[in-house]
Amino acid sequence: MARITAGVSTSHVPAIGAALDNGKSGDDYWKPVFAGYDFSKEWIAREKPDVVILVFNDHATAFSLELIPTFAIGCAESYAPADEGWGPRPVPVVKGDPDLAWHLAEKLIQDDFDMTIINKMDVDHGLTVPLSLMFGQPQEWPCKVIPLAVNVVQFPPPSGKRCLALGRAIRRAVESYPEDLKVMVFGTGGMSHQLQGPRAGLINSEFDNAFLDTLVNDPEAQAAVPHIDYVREAGSEGIELVMWLIMRGALSDEVRQVHRFYHVPASNTAVGHLILEDTGS
Amino acid sequence: MTDKPYHDIPGTIVFDAEQSRKGFHLNQFCMSLMKAANREAFKADERGYLDQWPMTEAQKQAVLERDWNGMLELGGNIYFTAKLAATDGLSFQQVAAMMSGVSQPEYAAMMLAGGRSVEGNRSKKEPR
Repeated sequence: MARITAGVSTSHVPAIGAALDNGKSGDDYWKPVFAGYDFSKEWIAREKPDVVILVFNDHATAFSLELIPTFAIGCAESYAPADEGWGPRPVPVVKGDPDLAWHLAEKLIQDDFDMTIINKMDVDHGLTVPLSLMFGQPQEWPCKVIPLAVNVVQFPPPSGKRCLALGRAIRRAVESYPEDLKVMVFGTGGMSHQLQGPRAGLINSEFDNAFLDTLVNDPEAQAAVPHIDYVREAGSEGIELVMWLIMRGALSDEVRQVHRFYHVPASNTAVGHLILEDTGS
Repeated sequence: MTDKPYHDIPGTIVFDAEQSRKGFHLNQFCMSLMKAANREAFKADERGYLDQWPMTEAQKQAVLERDWNGMLELGGNIYFTAKLAATDGLSFQQVAAMMSGVSQPEYAAMMLAGGRSVEGNRSKKEPR
């Protein structure tokens, strides 16, 4: 049977990808950001997931305003890195797992989550930056990836409660898959940041750190936090943090926090990162 | 227009239904700049390119003047207007500095010092 062994969450700031791609990861500005992932690279090289379900949001790349799916799951064979206006990132093509992805889509829909199916999509920094942070710069990504895109661009995004429940449904769906696979769930985006208007540059480390504590120890309480609190306290783009609840929901109540990292700034954004191993039954 | 709780947040426009409806063509124009050929066509004749889109005159003027906050007020979404910024060769941080009314070095220094504080920035009712 397939099982979820761990969850990872991380910010997906585009400038991090650009720094890595342009050989600037050793610069004074970027060094502390990448240092926060040294442990993570060693850890994931040891843990070797077969598949990562990667929860992210598209940033007006694959989805314009023509179609705005709230939850969409990638069922394709592969996904090309997108050209976001300055050429595609020089990273490997992302290999999917259509067998598991279609299984998840069917199970989730039957479990009352009305997923949109994606058969073709280019993936932007929201998906590729977390892979780079966790795996570095390999010739090929060492595992298959199932993209799970969440709308956080058009207000309102799904509620925290709904995200937590989707994570739990993903867990049930993975556990009903017969193949013996080691699956991890990545929740990405955040932490506090605002990219728009006169309040651009907002950072709230107190909110971010309380979020990290509560997400790990009392996910139900975090799921009950309304959108307005994220927007007010963590900035208009800080709302991306609801995606981390999908990762948390996919794990059992008992988790072991093996890594936690927080740093300000990466360009306009606070960087947060967690690794949680599932210790439940 | 109904009163929404997030209208109380200073310096922030939440991209809700109202903004999305107002800004549909403006944002789709921005989206078109994802293609290199369209970027060239826009750069060669900005007004002519804009006139192909059923945008309001105010939206077109905001684009021509690179009034970044004005575009957001008229229904633009930051992830879409960022494509116009990329067409101009601007970094996200340069645009963020312009939107918050400071120079890029001042903005970068603010970020290095921990970012813009939420104190005094939560509510329009708060003393600033």
